[in-house]
Amino acid sequence: MSWIENRFEEGVIVTSLDWAINWGRSNSVWPMTFGLACCAIEMMAAGASRFDLDRFGAGAFRASPRQSDLMIVAGTVTYKMASRLKRLYNQMPEPKFVMAMGACTIGGGPYFKHGYHVVKGVDLVVPVDIYVPGCPPRPEALIEGLMRLQDKIRAQRRTKSVMTKAKEAALA
Amino acid sequence: MAPEDIFKLLATEFGDAVESTTFDGGHPHVTIKPASWPGVALFLLENAKLRLNLLRSITALDLLADDKLACVYDLMHVPTDDPETLITDTFEIAVRVVTDRNSPVIPSVAHVWAAADWHEREAFDLMGIHFSNHPDLRRILCTDDWVGHPLRKDYVFPLEYHGIPATTEFELTNPRH
Repeated sequence: MSWIENRFEEGVIVTSLDWAINWGRSNSVWPMTFGLACCAIEMMAAGASRFDLDRFGAGAFRASPRQSDLMIVAGTVTYKMASRLKRLYNQMPEPKFVMAMGACTIGGGPYFKHGYHVVKGVDLVVPVDIYVPGCPPRPEALIEGLMRLQDKIRAQRRTKSVMTKAKEAALA
Repeated sequence: MAPEDIFKLLATEFGDAVESTTFDGGHPHVTIKPASWPGVALFLLENAKLRLNLLRSITALDLLADDKLACVYDLMHVPTDDPETLITDTFEIAVRVVTDRNSPVIPSVAHVWAAADWHEREAFDLMGIHFSNHPDLRRILCTDDWVGHPLRKDYVFPLEYHGIPATTEFELTNPRH
């Protein structure tokens, strides 16, 4: 523990539980390998050395949903795949996040009108946290999406928000 | 062997099984009656002069105006026993088999060309052509409980699939294309 020695007068670090948990979670978002179509190529590029998703703690692609926090749905989701997608989502431990990557995943994309087999948006199957548009999105866009997801995780709170009279009035 | 010679050979061998032959365009093809198609296929594969040993593709057609469905088989001869002429001495023809649209049945040729197995499953899945004597005629792309055959021209898109909303009513009431 030499790095911390003599740095603090009282020998105590003061932080909030929220901050500490969110710091840990947001900097170790392990994605699940879920490449379905051409978007997966860009996802692989984002994970490789040129763009290096590992700089943000999200480069550890897991082959099992039980070890992952984030499902990057990269590619065209068909009705045949939708049931598998839902099952994999249900196998992920909490807290879990879903990123819809690319036009097909967001809303059916080029298959919206004439595709008989494509789900018109993966948010009809599982709840989506972040949408990354593009066809396919560049790795920079995926990294941007990841950073917005980190913002979302850092804003999480473990306490119940207090219901004031003013809030009650606003909701009613 | 030129397509003209192949068609002549077929006409002398099978006679009235050949409905018509077409040369115009870059796709010369012969139309065969469905009932005699497996016999013709075996002849095309095993005749010493022909040996059409490669089934390149099966194309399913929806001839809505004529109330017919059709399959086009693209066949090719590849002299596999001679590496010198493997690429140069090839020739190819196409065979068309037309069937009724309401009860479409074509005899399977999966026992002649193994490649026909999955191609026929795809034609069954997307066009609804039934191939009699097929070893394993299941859907190959759509889910097993899918209703209808999606690439038919009069196919009606489903409104939902297992609780997932699909086509909107607006799309159904407005003509496509």
